[in-house]
Amino acid sequence: MKSGMVIVGAGEAGVRAAVTLRQQGWDGPVTLLGEEPHTPYERPPLSKDYLTGADRKLTSIGGTNQFEALEINFRPSVTVEAIRREDRTLITRDGETLQYEKLLLATGASARRVRIPKVPDPSILLLRSVNDSDRIRERMREGLNVVMVGGGFIGLEVAASLRSHGAIVHVLELQDELMKRAVPASIAQIIRQEHQNQGVHIHLSTRVSDVNTRHDRRMLTLSNGQTIQADMIIAGVGAAPSTGLAESAGLRIENGIAVDAGMATEDPHIFAAGDCCSFPHPLYDNNRMRLESWRCAQEQGEVAALNMLGKGETYMKAPWFWSNQFDLGLQIAGLPDQGSEEVVRQIDDRSLLHFSLRADGTLAGAAGVAPGNAIARDIKICERLINGGSKPDPAVLSDPGAPLKPLLQAG
Amino acid sequence: MAAENWQDVCATSDIPEDDVIAQTVGDQEIALYEVEGSYFATDNLCTHGQARLSEGFLEDGEIECPLHQGRFCVKSGKAMCAPLTEDIRAYPVKISGDRVWVDLG
Ligand SMILES: Cc1cc2nc3c(=O)[nH]c(=O)nc-3n(C[C@H](O)[C@H](O)[C@H](O)COP(=O)(O)OP(=O)(O)OC[C@H]3O[C@@H](n4cnc5c(N)ncnc54)[C@H](O)[C@@H]3O)c2cc1C
Repeated sequence: MKSGMVIVGAGEAGVRAAVTLRQQGWDGPVTLLGEEPHTPYERPPLSKDYLTGADRKLTSIGGTNQFEALEINFRPSVTVEAIRREDRTLITRDGETLQYEKLLLATGASARRVRIPKVPDPSILLLRSVNDSDRIRERMREGLNVVMVGGGFIGLEVAASLRSHGAIVHVLELQDELMKRAVPASIAQIIRQEHQNQGVHIHLSTRVSDVNTRHDRRMLTLSNGQTIQADMIIAGVGAAPSTGLAESAGLRIENGIAVDAGMATEDPHIFAAGDCCSFPHPLYDNNRMRLESWRCAQEQGEVAALNMLGKGETYMKAPWFWSNQFDLGLQIAGLPDQGSEEVVRQIDDRSLLHFSLRADGTLAGAAGVAPGNAIARDIKICERLINGGSKPDPAVLSDPGAPLKPLLQAG
Repeated sequence: MAAENWQDVCATSDIPEDDVIAQTVGDQEIALYEVEGSYFATDNLCTHGQARLSEGFLEDGEIECPLHQGRFCVKSGKAMCAPLTEDIRAYPVKISGDRVWVDLG
């Protein structure tokens, strides 16, 4: 039997790659190995609906229900521990060996830990997997004093979810604004205001300076002088790419498994995609970057699969990301921090679009916030403008009354 | 075969050219589309997430969900790509004068 295609990691990138291999007509074996025991599931709900929702139903990743029909050999609870590149063999934790013709590493990322003096590590909860989300869910009750360390996307989504269900929530952020770097300040302000209106306590430029136990209660003293009760501490301080396997196989690591724009490592038989990899982006001067985005992981999985079949595909789409906090929907297309000129379209108190233009007039990124998905269509148009290298008229961008769709024709 | 249930839902001029709107009929929310002079109707809630298709992007007779970029054919309700696995329901539409009628049967 031929050894076929093997994918390590059954998340967004891995599943999409497996399905794409079949859609592209590959009829040899496809093996998808996942460390987790579950049917591949979507992570975004873990900090949103799933965290506090009434039913404990996971959303399966699209395509999972076709594994049988597509003859994708999905094997849960299998951890790959080593890659022997010289004879193209994987070694699992159980000592099994598996040969590959082409290998895709889609190992994702893991939540970074924080250390707080006098607080034992295991009592600081993290959020990456469904087990993590369940752990928070099980402890959650009305009136619980929750301290969220980190004011990034996941921290704020968890804060919003728990607050909406009656927790008393404090968010500690080291920087002087929430979601710094990822989101323009004008948008971060709208989101911060919403959290504060909903009763979330936001502490910027703040760290924990001391921890004491009073009447069996853990009390945190903050660098801003306040003392707060912490029944549950959760860290949301970013994720680290899962590169251990690649690193011990001698593959190049640069803030992720280093691949080219076609998701190939320097070993012609090994590819990487999703949160675990860094790649040069043709839309951004081939700067090397690593993304953590649900949609980009899928798109990269697709490109990797095509190239495992020798198709010569390049990943060059504008990154796209979304977040939901309370009733606000945030969406980002492209990279807002890569522009030199900022144009703002203030739609109302809680709705705003922010455009980042390069010196040559092309759009580097756009971010928007509004109740529900109200800015989704405009961000979609911006994504097209970014991908097409168009130079949108700043006067149209800033005018809340001017529709953006005609800019697509203007070229 | 379910009985027909034709409802007068809106005027043709309520649906901008090459665009989509949401309309509530009884306790049901539907999305109404105009594509090159023809009108179509589907359920408004995406089968994947909890997003309204009326906030999505309409192009070449396909509506793209505003959250997860899944696309449905507005004529048939067919799911065109991942992450969608389930079609949406499409309803028959007829135009009478300047009114749009939809069969919710
Ligand atoms: C709580 C949360 C909320 C999020 N919300 C959003 C959002 O709103 N919008 C958005 O765009 N993105 C969001 N994301 C990010 C998005 O989920 C990720 O970008 C996406 O899951 C990345 O997919 P992936 O396939 O690269 O990695 P993963 O989904 O992490 O999958 C990797 C898989 O590989 C497995 N694995 C690792 N090593 C091995 C090994 N050695 N052997 C076998 N298996 C292995 C892991 O167990 C894991 O199941 C969120 C993430 C989290 C955690």
